[in-house]
Amino acid sequence: MRKKSLTLFSDGTLYRKENTLYFENAQGKKPLAIEGIYDIYIYGKVTITSQALHFLAQKGIAVHFFNHYGYYDGSFYPRESLHSGDLVIKQAEHYLDREKRLRLAKLFVRGASKNMERNLKRFGAEGNFSELLEELEDTRKITDVMNVEARIRQEYYALWDETLPDGFKIVKRTRRPPQNEMNALISFLNSRLYPAIISELYNTQLTPTISYLHEPSERRFSLALDLSEIFKPIIADRIANRLVKQGVIKKEHFREDLNGVLLNDEGKKIVLKAFNEEMRKSVKHPKLKRNVTKQRLIRLEAYKLIKHLVGTQEYEPLVAWF
Amino acid sequence: MREYLLTELFVTGTEINYLFICKTKLWYFSKGITMEQESEWVDLGKFLHEKSYFGEEKEVKIGPISIDFIKKDDIIEVHEVKKGKSMEKAHEMQALYYLYYLKKLGINAKAILNYPKLRETKEITLEGREKEVEDSIREVERIKSFPIPPKPVKTKKCKTCAYYELCWV
Repeated sequence: MRKKSLTLFSDGTLYRKENTLYFENAQGKKPLAIEGIYDIYIYGKVTITSQALHFLAQKGIAVHFFNHYGYYDGSFYPRESLHSGDLVIKQAEHYLDREKRLRLAKLFVRGASKNMERNLKRFGAEGNFSELLEELEDTRKITDVMNVEARIRQEYYALWDETLPDGFKIVKRTRRPPQNEMNALISFLNSRLYPAIISELYNTQLTPTISYLHEPSERRFSLALDLSEIFKPIIADRIANRLVKQGVIKKEHFREDLNGVLLNDEGKKIVLKAFNEEMRKSVKHPKLKRNVTKQRLIRLEAYKLIKHLVGTQEYEPLVAWF
Repeated sequence: MREYLLTELFVTGTEINYLFICKTKLWYFSKGITMEQESEWVDLGKFLHEKSYFGEEKEVKIGPISIDFIKKDDIIEVHEVKKGKSMEKAHEMQALYYLYYLKKLGINAKAILNYPKLRETKEITLEGREKEVEDSIREVERIKSFPIPPKPVKTKKCKTCAYYELCWV
């Protein structure tokens, strides 16, 4: 039995009665098979009892909360059960050693760029970042790495935009609040992806706060931010592109709010459904010779990072072959 | 040959077991990089353990070793519960290590490997096999001291191993 992510979209109460977890809402109460839950994503107004939280902690299930606008607020991240002092030391060593850190930071940007190039081809645009990637190789500071990354992303959005239908052009990437529909869609997907990466990291011995491209001092799970560079193009952007080009997401799924544009409830539901389906889709892994889900690819990325850190194998960021 | 002092024995039964299954797995495991908790096989193992052998003293921890359960007859019996026999050598060495450890404590015991699914048991005694155990302990220590994990070797076992993805991705 593969454990699944659970999304609670409606308002209700999550509680524990004996050894069963229940979700009760206007439609009635529903028992949830705890052994089948991987993690929980809460979009509705949900009351959770401490007993339910104790139970979830005991089973090592993370709960991710999203605010009224659909943006990630934070997680109930149960006490870590997987510890490896050796790995924490390796992680820190790769942060403290400038060369080692730069190497990893560049690899994240390189992987992200390759995936953006791959997307452009799929989306029907032309573009490659080889010149910017050459520039990346010569950078000696993390801020410069970040800078090149930002320029690649800017070019990527401009090229992607040429293929997007009118009314769904990015124009300029804006956040908090997004200024148009496409920005709202991309932001919503990214804020669903980030905690999914946190959940994967939770299930490894990696310390989620020690990162390489982003600063650990960002007071976030910044390693998840590093990894999200790789996955934003191949998961979030692809879903966004498909939903608007196939006309699944329309103007009516947005609303104006906070001097910006946001998805409305129906829009959020459609996007979450697409996201969950996408994460469950599998692709044949060329090295493992096995089918792996898109979600599992995140875990595999964490494993590759572990191998890089312990010195078994140089990290090679995932470049979508699918 | 160097005599092992009890205070130096930090090797766990699982490590001795893994030595005979896969040295790469042993290295990762000894560094705290474990992944068993997700494997369905482990769930099955736990289930077998919980549902069998009622009334015995279970999960007996002595120093670095953790014995599935103990029975006291005229001689102490150390019981290990296993699913199948494909890793029999590993099971046997793990049991021998427990006996060796107990002997150092001055406890004479014998071990029984239980295969509830196969409805089989196998009795193991330490007599004459101390050297085998000592060689294994030494080998475990040697592998744990490597700065990087030994290169994995692909075998049939890999297919069902929880470390499959870590090793081969």
